[in-house]
Amino acid sequence: MDWYPLWNSLRIAAISSVLVFFLGILLAYYAARLSRVLKGILDVILTLPLVLPPTVCGYFLLLLFGARRPLGQWLAQWGIRFVMTWYGGVLAALVVAFPLMYRTARGAFESFDPTLAYSGQTLGLSNTYIFWRIRLPACRQGILVGTVLAFARALGEYGATSMLIGYTPGKTATISTTVYQLWRTNDDAGALRWVLVNLAISTVVLLTVNLLEDRQKRTVRR
Amino acid sequence: MSLTVEIRKKLAAFDLALSFSSAQGTLGLLGASGCGKSYTLKCIAGIETPDEGRIILDGRTLLDTAKHINLPPQQRHVGYLFQNYALFPNMTVRQNILCGLRREPDRARRQAKLQEVLQLLQLQAVADSRPARLSGGEAQRAALARILVSQPQLLLLDEPFAALDTHLRDRLQVELEALLEQLQQPAILVTHSRDEAYHLCRQIAVIDQGQLLTLKNTDALFADPGSPRAAVLTGCKNITPARAAGPRLIELPDWGIKLTTQQPVAPGLTAAGIRAHAFDPAARTNYHPVAFERPVEEPFEWTLPFRWQGQAPASQPVWWRVPKRDLTQPLPPGLGVDPEQILLLYD
Repeated sequence: MDWYPLWNSLRIAAISSVLVFFLGILLAYYAARLSRVLKGILDVILTLPLVLPPTVCGYFLLLLFGARRPLGQWLAQWGIRFVMTWYGGVLAALVVAFPLMYRTARGAFESFDPTLAYSGQTLGLSNTYIFWRIRLPACRQGILVGTVLAFARALGEYGATSMLIGYTPGKTATISTTVYQLWRTNDDAGALRWVLVNLAISTVVLLTVNLLEDRQKRTVRR
Repeated sequence: MSLTVEIRKKLAAFDLALSFSSAQGTLGLLGASGCGKSYTLKCIAGIETPDEGRIILDGRTLLDTAKHINLPPQQRHVGYLFQNYALFPNMTVRQNILCGLRREPDRARRQAKLQEVLQLLQLQAVADSRPARLSGGEAQRAALARILVSQPQLLLLDEPFAALDTHLRDRLQVELEALLEQLQQPAILVTHSRDEAYHLCRQIAVIDQGQLLTLKNTDALFADPGSPRAAVLTGCKNITPARAAGPRLIELPDWGIKLTTQQPVAPGLTAAGIRAHAFDPAARTNYHPVAFERPVEEPFEWTLPFRWQGQAPASQPVWWRVPKRDLTQPLPPGLGVDPEQILLLYD
């Protein structure tokens, strides 16, 4: 059995989750402090990929990054091509998974007690220290959940991925595109094998979350 | 400590315009909820910025909107004790206190100060607990410890007892007063409780709807609050319209009586106040017949609402409060007031 789709899916999901983690926290943090109108506009733009069909997201990505489009042509000068490459999958997963992280992280930031930050400031703590050592730990539940959801979404991404990078065995194949491809070519047994792999990964992810939550509850109680 | 505060801010409910300076001991800001007193504290700490204003602490300009000076909270050296104490939930008491010591570069000195404050505030037993495990009193002491080690020039106390059970409040008030005295720590206390203000503050500023009504020494304020609104905030239960009837005589139309006063009556008198404890059935002066209404029993006192014989029916009954052991049955036919106990109130 060729394990390339597993490896490819995992690296796409892992890299896009890391990017989503930082981007999501950054934008959620600033959005939580914006005025209502600006926040509403930003919200719509950043959450759109969550409600659009993934194929539509893929369509928009092709519009932007297609080989004959201005942005695609400009990037090609630097040897960067998102169409039909594995790292194009990172971009697709990033766009689709981002809203999950953004929404959960913003909720966590908004429920953060501002007096904690104020008291840190009056004690002379720098804003950077307050952000990393007080605000983030207090919001870690929401951020953790957001990251895991984003990772799971990135791992299972199909629509935008197949639009942008298609299915090339050993090059752009991911688990979900492989399942579809094998099933389409009447290889039911092969499809089932990848379905089981997918189930195994998802179970491990969910168990990890539960474990982390348990540990956090215990440390809070101690 | 010398502090000058002049701030203006358009708030949703009213315009805040306060200006006061204070030079001695603990200053109290007394006012009803939402009168702008907490907002004032936040401006002093640098958490909020007024539309315009000037704040000067011991000669250091913390804020001057005309000169575009606005120090961040980190550089103001002003400690702020929040109502909920704002302990960092992910850190132990020890780690929380060390947050207040980050300006101290020497590790050994940091540890020494930590031990010192743990002992001073009796926190050794809970030093490694997280805030969620602390009782209300312990949380308050931990928050105080964290602020005190940062050696603020001024300590701001924002309703520090509001989150505590009543039985803890009195004890912690005494403890806090002793601590501030011992450390010679200048402080400002924001409260809506006249008892807290009376116990803890040398001077009290009375604030109403964003305006300073008066700033006086505590004893002077309770003896002569000056205006009806300030009298209410110092806990005066009986306030009624009044007009001058002589150099030391006032007429109370709603109560249908005249009273002689110790203080000379000045022009502009609008009301008179008499504290519920001030009535005396044995008084010779200002004695008038009364009719009692249904009494209210408290653990150690009676509250006895009554009406003067000629009192207007639409007006509120007058309150007399008397310790149970001082009250003899049957109830007296009349009550008097010492002329010293009559508060003359002007607008």
